[in-house]
Amino acid sequence: MTREEIIEKGQVVYHKPTLLNDTPMHYCPGCSHGVVHKLVSEVIEEMGMTDKTIAISPVGCAVFAYKYIDVDWQEAAHGRAPALASATKRLWPDRLVFTYQGDGDLACIGTAETIHALNRAENITIIFINNAIYGMTGGQMAPTTLLGMKTATCPYGREVSLHGYPLKITEIAATLDGTCYVTRQAVHTVAAINRAKRAIRKAFEYSMQGKGSNLVEIVSTCNSGWKMSPEKANKWMEENMFEFYHLEDLKDTGADK
Amino acid sequence: MTEEIIIAGFGGQGVLSMGKILAYAGLMEGKEVTWMPAYGPEQRGGTANVTVIVSDDPVSSPILSSYDTAIVLNQPSLEKFEPKVKPGGTIIYDGYGISEPPTRPDINIYRIDAMDAAAEMNLIKTFNMIVLGGLLKIHPVVKIESVLAALRKTLPERHHHLIPKNEEAIRKGMEIIKKL
Amino acid sequence: MADQEITLMKGNEAIAHAAIRCGCDGYFGYPITPQSEVLETLAAEKPWETTGMVVLQAESEVSSINMVYGGASTGKRVMTSSSSPGVSLMQEGISYMAGAELPALIVDVMRGGPGLGTIQPSQSDYFQACKGGGHGDYHLIVLAPASVQEMADFVDLAFTLAFRYRNPAMILADGAIGQMMEKVVLPPFKPRRTEEEIIKECPWATTGRVGGRKPNIITSLELRSEEMEVINLRIQAKYREIEEKEVRFEEFMLDDADYAIVAFGSAARIAKKSIEIARSQGIKVGLLRPITLWPFPTKEVQKLAGQVKGILSLEINAGQMVEDIRLAVEGRVPVRHFGRLGGIIPDPDEVVEALKRSF
Repeated sequence: MTREEIIEKGQVVYHKPTLLNDTPMHYCPGCSHGVVHKLVSEVIEEMGMTDKTIAISPVGCAVFAYKYIDVDWQEAAHGRAPALASATKRLWPDRLVFTYQGDGDLACIGTAETIHALNRAENITIIFINNAIYGMTGGQMAPTTLLGMKTATCPYGREVSLHGYPLKITEIAATLDGTCYVTRQAVHTVAAINRAKRAIRKAFEYSMQGKGSNLVEIVSTCNSGWKMSPEKANKWMEENMFEFYHLEDLKDTGADK
Repeated sequence: MTEEIIIAGFGGQGVLSMGKILAYAGLMEGKEVTWMPAYGPEQRGGTANVTVIVSDDPVSSPILSSYDTAIVLNQPSLEKFEPKVKPGGTIIYDGYGISEPPTRPDINIYRIDAMDAAAEMNLIKTFNMIVLGGLLKIHPVVKIESVLAALRKTLPERHHHLIPKNEEAIRKGMEIIKKL
Repeated sequence: MADQEITLMKGNEAIAHAAIRCGCDGYFGYPITPQSEVLETLAAEKPWETTGMVVLQAESEVSSINMVYGGASTGKRVMTSSSSPGVSLMQEGISYMAGAELPALIVDVMRGGPGLGTIQPSQSDYFQACKGGGHGDYHLIVLAPASVQEMADFVDLAFTLAFRYRNPAMILADGAIGQMMEKVVLPPFKPRRTEEEIIKECPWATTGRVGGRKPNIITSLELRSEEMEVINLRIQAKYREIEEKEVRFEEFMLDDADYAIVAFGSAARIAKKSIEIARSQGIKVGLLRPITLWPFPTKEVQKLAGQVKGILSLEINAGQMVEDIRLAVEGRVPVRHFGRLGGIIPDPDEVVEALKRSF
């Protein structure tokens, strides 16, 4: 039976979001980016915002996000995506504007841009992929690397005396008056994926309702960087990452605004 | 006609605003003007000076080597700018801040005790307008009416009630300036 | 407010008023002496209530320039202003914008360096502005105003050139031009373009996929070297076209000149006074004032080399533009430099002395 015949019979139970094009992704097998790309695409489509979305991609693994999701994209310098988004949203207030950033981009080199865009209550959403490592450059220490975790630049494990503590930037974001919705999610199970999608939808909606800035952290794996199989990486994430990075809504003031 | 003026003193003496009023008055008479401050981080107490050029022709350099007139309101300014007055030019100084007055025989030296007059009139804030009055008496670079019009234009509305006091100060300056 | 207004204001203030009047959509900046009046004036004028222009104080110059990057990516007329140390911080963003071929305006009101340096006027960022201060092979279109009037006039001109060539443009002023007040005729109000006009004028811009068009991508990234070379060659061809068509300069008393001063910005103003003085002493000297520093008036300097006995490059720096003059002159006549450093502005007499000393 051909694909067309199946579609004709109305037997489609699932399809790839139309915004997600057929370009083969460069992400490693097992990486969370693909799932999050899919969720973002679905939400934009379901909100009817395809022709009104302006997205900002980072420097990091998701630098080529613009190749996969068919909306307008600006590719920012490392860490600066929230600055681009701030200006874009202010200049085009009826557009859906979001950034898609990793931990090094958002919580290290771009900390100032992140904190200030969030605290200015820019009506944007930041999608934050936290896999505790620099994936694209080959597995170096990130601001969110857990204590004891081994990376190319802390090969004997992250130590407080040498490297300081991992940064809970999402907790910081929740304390800012400018943020409306701050949440930490994951995409390692079907249930988690569904929750993450609802979180992205909520964040996008709040941003369009002018309720302030929104941060959706997705605690993720980097099986290549972590040097684990995808399955083992998921397990390791559940056992180690979630203990430090609790999956929860840290702040939701959308109903009050 | 081109008049090249330096006004120099302490920050807070109204040096820059005096220059601005003069330049603005020139503008209102259709003249070409530049107002070039030696700017610094000092808001109060540091040295401040401004070069004002009022001319019938387009002004070339806003920065000058020598001046037709120097208005000096403290000793360091006098020492710096007395040598830079063109021969036959003019220096005006306030006796209050100056212990060693100018001595050059080839320039016209005027003294104006504006600080004392301002204190007497209980109008310390119009000190710079007294000095400006002195300048206009000896070099009518602009008309008093233009100065008053410039004040109306540059002062915020809520300060417009002070314009008569400023006029009083200008006239006082014209009265008390004396040639040495 | 009258349409054409004659007023007295600082160069920095003129930039702000001109921006509001020329249909600028957004200003993003961070305070630094000696140019803070730009942001202060915009904040006081509240253009968001009149023309709808966005004004935002960013958390740093790094953020300012990236806001400009974002805004420019959407086809809007956006700008920032800063002074030397701040413009150093912006170099990354400027390089990205040149790479992504985005139109925008950057105003640099120069102060003396290096480092934190001084807050007094200087022209020591000529290299940075004209030679590509950031990484990669690129140029900004660089305009050098010599009066408050030109500060006002060059805002619209810079935007026009930036959009014509999809390239960032810079107004390279200095603390003297920024801080001095002069008579200025403000340009008449020009409305901001509507969103429909922007979408039509900038089909490349990330405005959202209006009408279901294909996605627009703004990026300077291309990992395939063969493709990246093609992009570079295209950008270089654009630069050659700009060099051909957009050189601007002013000539002053050059007709009978035995010597020429080449100077830009406030140094050119000083030069005019020096020329008055020198001519009164029987020295026939004239001025060539580059208005565009890039593209540099190379042909005009070459022409001068065939006419005069010597050229003095007057710059408020240790000698930067003099290199471009020497490249143009190719050794045919002596080319000397005179400048003061550290925020000191040479006075007209000093320049005359330097001229006498040099030739």
